[in-house]
Amino acid sequence: MKLDSRVPGGPIETSWDRHRLNIRVVNPANKRKYHVLVVGTGLAGASASATLAQLGYRVSTFCFQDSPRRAHSIAAQGGINAAKNYQNDGDSIWRLFKDTVKGGDYRAREHNVWRLAQVSVDIIDQCVAQGVPFAREYGGLLSNRSFGGALVSRTFYAQGQTGQQLLIGAYQALAEQIHRGAVKMYPRTELLDVAVVDGKARGIIVRDLMTGAITRHAADAVVLATGGYGNVFYLSTNAKGCNVTATWRAYKRGAGFANPCFTQIHPTCIPVRGEHQSKLTLMSESLRNDGRVWVPKRAGDHRPPGQIPDDERDYFLERMYPTFGNLVPRDIASRAAKRMCDSGHSVVPGGAGVYLDFRDAIQRLGRDAVADRYGNLFAMYEQIVGESPFEVPMKIYPASHYTMGGLWVDYNLMSTVPGLFVIGEANFSDHGANRLGASALMQGLADGYFVLPYTIGDYLAGEKAGFADAQHAAFADAEREVIGRNERLLAVKGKTSADAFHRRLGRIVWDKCGMSRTREGLREALDELPKLREEFWSDVSVPGSGASLNQALERAGRVADFLEFAEVLCRDALEREESCGGHFREEHQTEEGEARRDDERFAHGAIWEYQGPDKPPVRHTEPLKFEHVPLTQRSYK
Amino acid sequence: MKIDLRVWRQAGPDAPGAFETFAGLEVSPDQSFLEVLDEVNSHLEAQGREPVVFDHDCREGICGSCGAVVNGDAHGPVKRATLCQLHMRSFKDGETVSVEPFRAKAFPLVRDLMVDRAAFDRIIQAGGYVTARTGSAPDANAVPIGKPTADRAFDAAQCIGCGACVAACPNASAMLFTSAKVTHLALLPQGQPQRYQRVVDMVGRHDDEGFGSCTNHGECEAACPKGISLDNIARLNRDLIVATLGGRQRAP
Repeated sequence: MKLDSRVPGGPIETSWDRHRLNIRVVNPANKRKYHVLVVGTGLAGASASATLAQLGYRVSTFCFQDSPRRAHSIAAQGGINAAKNYQNDGDSIWRLFKDTVKGGDYRAREHNVWRLAQVSVDIIDQCVAQGVPFAREYGGLLSNRSFGGALVSRTFYAQGQTGQQLLIGAYQALAEQIHRGAVKMYPRTELLDVAVVDGKARGIIVRDLMTGAITRHAADAVVLATGGYGNVFYLSTNAKGCNVTATWRAYKRGAGFANPCFTQIHPTCIPVRGEHQSKLTLMSESLRNDGRVWVPKRAGDHRPPGQIPDDERDYFLERMYPTFGNLVPRDIASRAAKRMCDSGHSVVPGGAGVYLDFRDAIQRLGRDAVADRYGNLFAMYEQIVGESPFEVPMKIYPASHYTMGGLWVDYNLMSTVPGLFVIGEANFSDHGANRLGASALMQGLADGYFVLPYTIGDYLAGEKAGFADAQHAAFADAEREVIGRNERLLAVKGKTSADAFHRRLGRIVWDKCGMSRTREGLREALDELPKLREEFWSDVSVPGSGASLNQALERAGRVADFLEFAEVLCRDALEREESCGGHFREEHQTEEGEARRDDERFAHGAIWEYQGPDKPPVRHTEPLKFEHVPLTQRSYK
Repeated sequence: MKIDLRVWRQAGPDAPGAFETFAGLEVSPDQSFLEVLDEVNSHLEAQGREPVVFDHDCREGICGSCGAVVNGDAHGPVKRATLCQLHMRSFKDGETVSVEPFRAKAFPLVRDLMVDRAAFDRIIQAGGYVTARTGSAPDANAVPIGKPTADRAFDAAQCIGCGACVAACPNASAMLFTSAKVTHLALLPQGQPQRYQRVVDMVGRHDDEGFGSCTNHGECEAACPKGISLDNIARLNRDLIVATLGGRQRAP
């Protein structure tokens, strides 16, 4: 597997500008001859589709939801980072760059992160021009707040619905291009395979979820913007439909899968209640601006929170990390909460949870000001839990939220399969081993608005337009495989729903490859997973037929892919004999229980290459160099 | 607690439909309504029977995928909540709970509880955007926008496109949906250049899709999970009158 990162040399400050100058460009009159397929309509997919169409490319865009407006970016709450320095608090591209490299625990490519920080400022301008109603101050200028891992206020927000407002902005830009006829939109359509002809991505095989029809789409390039794989844990903050299928099938066609073990567990989610739970709900990190995290000092103290006096409360994040306090990065906060609960301080009897308390903020700012900042989040919490955070502290606990790993891409966002581009959460590029809050929206829009539209030209300029042919044998083979796979799922006729298998899968992966991992546990998981997969293929029940709407078949196909993917996830976690960011191996920790990196052996990206159904995948590495942010032990004290 | 669940089953738009009853379901008060449907489906699938078809995704009230009429109310009895935010503690032990799809001519039924809301997308495509080519934007703070105005625009922009307003309206009008987008963009300086063309084009498309007219019942506002205000419709009408009196016609 060839892993050429294509990172430009020379000074980092000018690297993106020089790269844009040096890459090839498609003549404006020729752009319409090139057809690009974009799969997924979250921030990355919608912004890329709209921008490519504005540039003149012919675009077809696919999503499995009934409308492109529903992709899961919509649920992002807290905000989007940008190095605008509107607060005059010393922010800069350099500072955002350094915070992001450090926040990612030194496992991302410096040049990619620099570019992300550089284009962050353009994103805010673009969104405001589209009519995104960001929060403003009384003077009419944009407001900011702070997020974890930063000592400046650089996060732009729209109450607790920033993702919704940004996605609606990108969706509307996409809608305009659909109206112009520049984008052909295929909603309720799911990617089931990638067609690779002579080593290049030339199209995709999709299923129309309404009719069951399997069709081929040929094009000059394919862009995957299909999100992360957090639902491998079954319970996560992801939408129910989020899945690994698109990236997994691309992996099986030759795209390298990088750092799957870098998964993010978000510290502030509503704790699990009961056996029926289908998903977990995030409470935005922005709440940690004003909320204080605590547990009772005495283990097993189950008095109601109001009866526990201040000197018997342990504000453990403020105690352990006085500089960053409640705003330490997510991996640090999650593990601290877990340690407190493991030592008997949970505030959810028999379960796991800590308090996030707004009492002091309400006293300091008044109830109205707190409602103005977090009103919808408090309402959402109250709807689910039945308690008002104005009266009783929120109870929170970490949950699977985001995945930093994904398909490997070079500096042009192209995977190891030429012509196959991967953007947004689906790729592995910018967050290293831990993503900072408010950086996912930034990366999705950076990739879609300001990176891919340039870099895809470098590939297309070297390709003859319209070369792809849906009648090629590679398309027929892929289509046959897709149909065969669905028929196999329908033919099992077992006794257990796909959802029940998904729950069992989630339990294994959460227990053995969740917030903390051990060699022994991972080996057990690798032993259990093939058995569960075997059981699935002999006992799953998928009623109905493939030739019509069939939600059971959709679910089963996704669970089947998660069952395969989970093995690579655990394998990656086993091989990475260090702790870094969201990947915490109990064997590798400091005396204080913090992650201990091993830069000698693991300052690299790990990229897995598929070898066939019965062979273990091969692990390749891309060494990482840190020339601008020197490698140090992360400290938020 | 126990409930009897009556679910509308209909194989397709032209097939006959009827309620199917799942009697004596054991549910937990903390369980969400969709989690009850999940459980019903898991049992149906295990028995080789086809599950109840329904749209859902984020399950936190923001994507707008889910929606059905529960005991006569769009999204069920809880105000300011989507179907996925409805929990069983809102029902009494032993209660019969009926769930049926949103019904409107412009939302053709697909199967069971799933309807086709693509008409909403087409209304937005007709003009619900600001034309702002990527890369052409001035600095974000170049044009200040007063906080009260920005907040009002935000309030309108909160619409999740779920369609409850249409399901609740006796005329199956989508004016609340359309006016939320018209208002969001009309209040902002960035939305001004296309303001009057936008309202003409979006209302024209709204009518073409077969949605009814607004006669100020206000059922839409009551059913809206995001509390989108009826005032937006008044604002739309003002802009529509200005545009039409000015002789503005729909774009070809």
